[in-house]
Amino acid sequence: MTNPAGRFGIHGGQYIPETLMNAVNELEEAYNHYKNDPEFNRELTELFNEYANRPSLLYYAKKMTEDLGGAKIYLKREDLNHTGAHKVNNVLGQALLAKKMGKTRLIAETGAGQHGVATATAAALFGMECVVFMGEEDTIRQALNVYRMRLLGAEVIPVKTGTRTLKDAVSEAMREWTTRISDTHYCLGSVMGPHPFPTIVRDFQAVISKEIKEQMMEKEGRLPDAVLACVGGGSNAIGSFYHFIEDKDVKLIGCEAAGRGIDTFETAATVNTGRLGIFHGMKSYFCQDDDGQIAPVYSISAGLDYPGVGPEHANLHDIGRAQYVPVTDEEAVEAFEYLSKMEGIIPAIESAHAVAYARKLAPTMRPDQIIVITISGRGDKDCAAIARYRGEDIHE
Amino acid sequence: MSKIASAFADGKAFIPFITCGDPDLETTAAAVREAVKNGADLIELGIPFSDPTAEGPVIQGANIRALSGGVRTNNVFDLVRDLRKDVTIPLVFMTYANVVFSYGSEKFIQTCSEIGIDGLIIPDIPFEEKEEFLPFCEKYDVDLISMVAPTSEDRVAMIAKEAKGFIYIVSSLGVTGMRSSFSSDLTAVVAKIREVTDVPCAIGFGISNPEQAEKMAKVADGVIVGSAVVKILEEKGKDAPASIGAFVKEMKEACLR
Repeated sequence: MTNPAGRFGIHGGQYIPETLMNAVNELEEAYNHYKNDPEFNRELTELFNEYANRPSLLYYAKKMTEDLGGAKIYLKREDLNHTGAHKVNNVLGQALLAKKMGKTRLIAETGAGQHGVATATAAALFGMECVVFMGEEDTIRQALNVYRMRLLGAEVIPVKTGTRTLKDAVSEAMREWTTRISDTHYCLGSVMGPHPFPTIVRDFQAVISKEIKEQMMEKEGRLPDAVLACVGGGSNAIGSFYHFIEDKDVKLIGCEAAGRGIDTFETAATVNTGRLGIFHGMKSYFCQDDDGQIAPVYSISAGLDYPGVGPEHANLHDIGRAQYVPVTDEEAVEAFEYLSKMEGIIPAIESAHAVAYARKLAPTMRPDQIIVITISGRGDKDCAAIARYRGEDIHE
Repeated sequence: MSKIASAFADGKAFIPFITCGDPDLETTAAAVREAVKNGADLIELGIPFSDPTAEGPVIQGANIRALSGGVRTNNVFDLVRDLRKDVTIPLVFMTYANVVFSYGSEKFIQTCSEIGIDGLIIPDIPFEEKEEFLPFCEKYDVDLISMVAPTSEDRVAMIAKEAKGFIYIVSSLGVTGMRSSFSSDLTAVVAKIREVTDVPCAIGFGISNPEQAEKMAKVADGVIVGSAVVKILEEKGKDAPASIGAFVKEMKEACLR
């Protein structure tokens, strides 16, 4: 899907300062070498299986299926991975790559804190230094993850610029990378930013759809009718979609955070409300005003609270291969509560966006049809915030 | 021949940077006129952007102040129309790709040409992505300024060969902002550039006092100063123009020393 210039249709590219160009070129060269290196792949598979608890389960949600009375529902349990989310797939890949490149220090941005925790974990495992940039607003929303990162040995820097959320954390991590390149790898957490990041992150996350396909063939002897995943930057979604892109009968549905609704300014639904732009190293869709100023987006979910979307998603939208639907805070919170009570699984509030859309979709489908929902992470981190949303005075 | 070349006519150009609309456009206009009166050879006018990823805290602050004051891209064009009634030195815009792209790349660059903007500096457009704007820059005769960094190494010749107007040499790693030390091999970077082009070179990022300006002017053809100018605006607001004039005078003299 990627052409040599790192384009997905018209999207992607390398819109970054000259200072970083040789760094991304060096990364691309190293990645092109190691991605086909048997030893690298053996080490990565071992890390996935022995350290991160892969393959993750594909669980038949029987009660949910019966309750919704339509399509058969399977949950891809990325929440069962070590560190509690899909983020670890990408981080183990990038950290191993960075180590092979001779880098001794990882820097990362984080929104909900899941990518920061995963990066801090990999840094601890590989004996690397780690600095995580996190919007000050998010350090408050996700205080427990800040402590987890520090416990793992990382330094967490609260970012006090802009909206003090994920977008500002990305900007600050990019600034830090221009300051210190030779020993530092920027472990970008989503399928965004300049080429080669959208491709590298997608390839490491593609293990999700590779496993879904194998597990589905084993359990049902056929492919699913639809795959649903939440989309912020879009890494768990592209990971869930990738090996199905050529299977045209499999519907791919990305669930965006609509916040208080796509008819309000308090939304982060980029494909539904944004327009084409250039930011954070890529051409893609962004929430922005008429002058191209990046919009201060909003979602209850810190992990989806980003004004852009990965370039491959932008292209899948353009060519009509994937559909991107908005899900509001309220719908996501209801789905968070629903899955907890129905299946005994507390999903991350990010993943709850995909569960929410499945609740609408499944009843419109036949019992012989199949939906897979990727549960990208577990929801322990969100319990206090959701309790507060429901009016309870709980703090971590 | 690029009009920008005239800025380097006396051998050493002094190039101040000002964020338009910080704290308001009247102050920007007054600051530009003071800078011109006191020896600025070319002025870099920043069009504010919400998320300036190549800037340090000082210029980030200026962007926020300008946007909070309600400045829009069209207001900046109007400012330049007013300045061009009496300001004749070359003027360039410094902004981010999305500001240009969102306005409509061709419409933006055509407007630049019409109002008398001589060049564009866009830090998030490296050599590999310049086709995004270059065809319009060539069509409307606006120089797309190339940047060279201490990490450019084997890329220097490739970039310099196609450079127009002047070459912006980034003094050191990191974002904009005052600093005490610079990359040690700037002389070597200039020498590499000289092997392939005669386009003038100006050094920017972190230069804030006459001693540094004097040193850098000995290495290259010009010196760019941003954060130190913006700092005066941050501290003095509407009263900054006179102080900016005095600062420009001192820095220009240092460049010629």
